[in-house]
Amino acid sequence: MSEATPSEAATLLSDPSGRTGPAAPGAAIRRVIAVLWQWKGFLAAGAFLLLLAMVLATPHLLTAYDPLEGDALAGLRAPNATHPFGTDRLGRDVLARTLYGARYSLSIGFGATAISVGFGVLLGIAGGQKSRLLDETICRLFDVISSFPGVLMALLVVTFLGQGMLNVAIAVGVAGIPKFGRVVRAQTQLARNADYVTQAYIYGRSRAAVFFHHLLPNVLLAIPVIATVYVGTTILAVSSLSFLGLGPQPPTPEWGVMLAESRDVLRIAWWPGVFPGAALTLTVIAFTVIGNALQRRFERRG
Amino acid sequence: MSCPIPIRSSSRSTPATAPLVAIEGLTIRFRADGPHRPAVQDMDLVIHPGECVALVGESGSGKSVTARSLLNLVGPGAAVTARRFEIDGADARNFGPADWQRLRGTFAGLVMQDALVSLDPLRTIGREVGEVVRHHRLLRTPAEIRDRVIRTLDRVGMPDPDVRASQYAHQLSGGLRQRALIAAAIAGGPRLIIADEPTTALDASVQKQVLEVLRQRVGEGAGLLLISHDLAVVADLADRVLVMRDGRVLDAGPTGGVLARPRHAYTRQLIAAVPSADSRGSRLSSSRLETAGGPTGNSVIVRDPLPPRPPIGIDTVLEARGLTKVYRYPGRAGDAGRLAALADVSFSIRSGEVLGLVGESGSGKSTCAKILLGLVEPDAGWVTLLGQPWSGISEKTRRPLRRSLQYIPQDPLSSFDPRYRVADIIGENLLSLPRSRRQDRIVALLDRVGLDAGYLKRPPLSLSGGQRQRVAVARALAARPALIVCDEPVSALDISIQAQVIDLIAELQSELETALLFISHDIGLVHHLADRVLVLNGGRVVEQGPVEKVFLTPTQDYTRTLLAARPGPLTDRLGPPSPARRE
Repeated sequence: MSEATPSEAATLLSDPSGRTGPAAPGAAIRRVIAVLWQWKGFLAAGAFLLLLAMVLATPHLLTAYDPLEGDALAGLRAPNATHPFGTDRLGRDVLARTLYGARYSLSIGFGATAISVGFGVLLGIAGGQKSRLLDETICRLFDVISSFPGVLMALLVVTFLGQGMLNVAIAVGVAGIPKFGRVVRAQTQLARNADYVTQAYIYGRSRAAVFFHHLLPNVLLAIPVIATVYVGTTILAVSSLSFLGLGPQPPTPEWGVMLAESRDVLRIAWWPGVFPGAALTLTVIAFTVIGNALQRRFERRG
Repeated sequence: MSCPIPIRSSSRSTPATAPLVAIEGLTIRFRADGPHRPAVQDMDLVIHPGECVALVGESGSGKSVTARSLLNLVGPGAAVTARRFEIDGADARNFGPADWQRLRGTFAGLVMQDALVSLDPLRTIGREVGEVVRHHRLLRTPAEIRDRVIRTLDRVGMPDPDVRASQYAHQLSGGLRQRALIAAAIAGGPRLIIADEPTTALDASVQKQVLEVLRQRVGEGAGLLLISHDLAVVADLADRVLVMRDGRVLDAGPTGGVLARPRHAYTRQLIAAVPSADSRGSRLSSSRLETAGGPTGNSVIVRDPLPPRPPIGIDTVLEARGLTKVYRYPGRAGDAGRLAALADVSFSIRSGEVLGLVGESGSGKSTCAKILLGLVEPDAGWVTLLGQPWSGISEKTRRPLRRSLQYIPQDPLSSFDPRYRVADIIGENLLSLPRSRRQDRIVALLDRVGLDAGYLKRPPLSLSGGQRQRVAVARALAARPALIVCDEPVSALDISIQAQVIDLIAELQSELETALLFISHDIGLVHHLADRVLVLNGGRVVEQGPVEKVFLTPTQDYTRTLLAARPGPLTDRLGPPSPARRE
């Protein structure tokens, strides 16, 4: 329809049915751009997470350097052609360390979220059942957990279990249990008394069938969205603990550890701190943006 | 294109009264709907003091939006235009926010439909009612305000007004809440009352009281804009009526005239579709009103008969004996903590029979339905289904029998799993069928209820109220039940849609010879559909028997009260309009 005269195009556009007819290709492109522009944050965050996934899977394809081996004579080189992110005090390539570090930071973050979601869902569903005693017990447990400040909780866990990646994940994960548990408990109570659950009993379905076909799927509906936002928070919390020396120990190229190491040289060299810091910040923002977009979409649906 | 509104020729108004509201060419557009679909189009509306004007129409017809525009409460995103928009003699098109604010509460009071959400849960009824007086500084001292509040509550028939004034909304019953809302609307002494479906959620007897309060205010000289989909209420109260559909006024004029000789086919259909004793055995949706010739000719409703019903079977499908259920409230001792929801209720349903269950809210209808559905165990008494014990057994023993007893709820949407589509919803009741044959059966069931295969993949949210109820009917039929419990299945639907769904239920019932327990507060509807009727009050059976006998020659006072409370049958008013009607 590119040969449509202007008057024809005008009639098409003012089609009373409200549907826009095929217009000039320029308009179509403009519309695509408008849509893309509207989703720019989401798209940028999505692109960043794709890149991150690639980094996690194949860091060795993106850098030739080893994150742990350094040339002590080439310490604290500013970013240049051979070392795009420069080198740290021990002459290790900052780019390689940042790329490999994603594995540690993200896997601890995901692990901690998995602990929060897993136990939160289990306890939340148990608390949403008929038993008042069980519900009270679980709710008070949530209160106890969330009354501890995060860092204090982590210190407590690390004191008992010792330092290390797994223990940091446990510390952060336990602190997040009430967040998911409370949502799941409320959803369970709502769904348990919902008309569609009663209706399923009227069909003659068993308790187990009602649980797995109606209750559980509806209760878990909101979890992926909340978890996506929460992963960002968790990654930040894990890195903070690492920064304090409670997590993985040097020379592990974890972002929090790298930030801690860069502190001593920050006055003379900015690059060992800024690059892992930027990676951490962008990752947290990307997860939050995606999570919030999903949440908006999810809530509009209801 | 609107019908001209006849100039008021009533003898009741004094000649010098200026109209409270005079609107011409009102058009309301919502930006979200686009420019081509106005919510209200070219509407004329005049309300005089001492006059009740009714807006009638189905949901989405634009009646509520029109009413809200009188107080500039249509909301953002709406464009209101009019050739003439005079409120209390002043051109309201130039009003600023302060002008509107002055009007609200003092000139015009708004009574909304849902009293529970319209009252602030954190404020006492007294504060709520006194709000308008305080805000507009109509009275100064707390004692004066309190006095006005108590008197207003008294006016709307609130028992113990000084006690109620210090109570909160949740401590009041639905009827009292609605009266509190009316009190709040009239406390400022407004000359115009806008009542948006003020009695829709109420029982017949409470509805009567609420309408009486409004009628009294009109008698005192206030103007009333009544919005309702209930033609019987409108016929009872309104001087003039405007019938709306899709934002247009289809019919307008004095109530008697419009109801007797409606000009528009939609109004005719609306009047003819009201179920009553006269409509028994006929189709509601195809009923039409025909006017005998001449300007004074009376109208008659012409109805098509439903297919003849097979005789009621002799075997009992369900029998209930001595059902008793007492709810206990913790923390209260003795009788104060006990509520007898059901006391010694006995009845039986034979195959292919329709048993109507009527009663006001709190009469035990829902408890009875829950016991029959096997969701609640009775404290005493027993139920048998198809000759086998149905109460006092474990869920496991009950499960195989469940298919024989199905349910059509009042609100089908909440009974659908939100993740499911139409095919999943019906398919869940067909799990015994192999997968390959399930799809064909679902399509056949949809066809049965008048929906085509295109609906299979539709999410229930995208269906209209009538379509949702059709899906619920198809789902119940999927189990080939012997008995279906219908709990107010059409009370949330517009009259025209209600007529279609009732016709569908009646047709399928006689074709499949399924027994129905039909729970409803609408006596006309029960009279239309049921073979026998059971009247419940306070958990006890007041009266039961053949529907004609109970409704035409009731033996109990309570049944008589219930029958008297409903507005009289519409057909009584279908004669030519006479000035004598307004004594």
